[in-house]
Amino acid sequence: MATNTGDNGDILAQATQWRGQGKGVALATVVSTWGSSPRPVGAKLAVDDTGAFIGSVSGGCVEGAVIEEGLAAIKDGKPQLLDFGVTNEQAWDVGLACGGKIQVFVERVE
Amino acid sequence: MKLELFKRAVESAAAGRPAALVTNLISGLQSLVQESDFEGNLNPDESLIGAARQALADDRSALVETSAGKVFIEVFNPPLRLMVVGAVHIAQPLARMAALTGYAVTVIDPRSAFASTERFPGVELSAEWPDEAMARLKPNRRTAVVTLTHDPKVDDPALIAALRSHAFYIGALGSKKTHTARLKRLAEEGFKDTDFARIHGPVGVDIGAISPAEIAVSILAQITATLRADRSKSRQAA
Repeated sequence: MATNTGDNGDILAQATQWRGQGKGVALATVVSTWGSSPRPVGAKLAVDDTGAFIGSVSGGCVEGAVIEEGLAAIKDGKPQLLDFGVTNEQAWDVGLACGGKIQVFVERVE
Repeated sequence: MKLELFKRAVESAAAGRPAALVTNLISGLQSLVQESDFEGNLNPDESLIGAARQALADDRSALVETSAGKVFIEVFNPPLRLMVVGAVHIAQPLARMAALTGYAVTVIDPRSAFASTERFPGVELSAEWPDEAMARLKPNRRTAVVTLTHDPKVDDPALIAALRSHAFYIGALGSKKTHTARLKRLAEEGFKDTDFARIHGPVGVDIGAISPAEIAVSILAQITATLRADRSKSRQAA
């Protein structure tokens, strides 16, 4: 079996493929969590310049916003540190029972 | 983020060398810190390198405040490992499910008719005796060991090697009767109750599993529960 590199390996492979195709790519990483956040510190999402993405930072609650910031980072190259309070109300809107808070770092992949 | 640095972190961990990716969350500057050196465009000072080495030792990523702003230290660890002793029917779904769960799986069975690539496509196989295989593979704190053969001459050497290691999980397939007989043999080898307490036997969470895949689910659930014990306790308290 190829060496198991887990989720990071999958994200690296996809990001490498996108870069190889000349696409812009941004990477989002959970850098801290409070309460019952759905994804642990280190969880990642990569997005290309068409909005296609792989991985997750929250299990669905805030992916939309993170992808938007990723697209902005691809354009302007500025890293962003995002705070999300995943309230139960927001969670219900997208059919998830999250709760807790997360901080996500978004950066362009060079 | 330099793709090259991310690649280096992932590949280093996969090769058994932990690495810490250190990122300034204001500037985006980054360096990869390993046991003896670092590379990248962030020049970490001594206290930051110390914090990164500490995070590596603790096996835990960390967010630290510095004079230049928040810095995220992300630990890239070698993958969790699962050593399955006995290339039996249950081992087939267990190897696949464990790989999905993030484990680097090795199936060990000296009986070559069992440990064939036809039965285990894409799985790392060892035809060594378990004591030889485990002397080579060196189970550690990030390793789970499961014995599935029911055959003392195959299972026992594996359990002995596992008990002498820091494997975080040890499981042995077999009925209560088989397990009692097994512990008696291990006692003759000098093992004590504290050692026996480390062995999950009969293996797996009691979910009434019947098929090999269901039994694999019950084993993998127990391995996960052991790995994440600190989390599940805090959840019960909350």
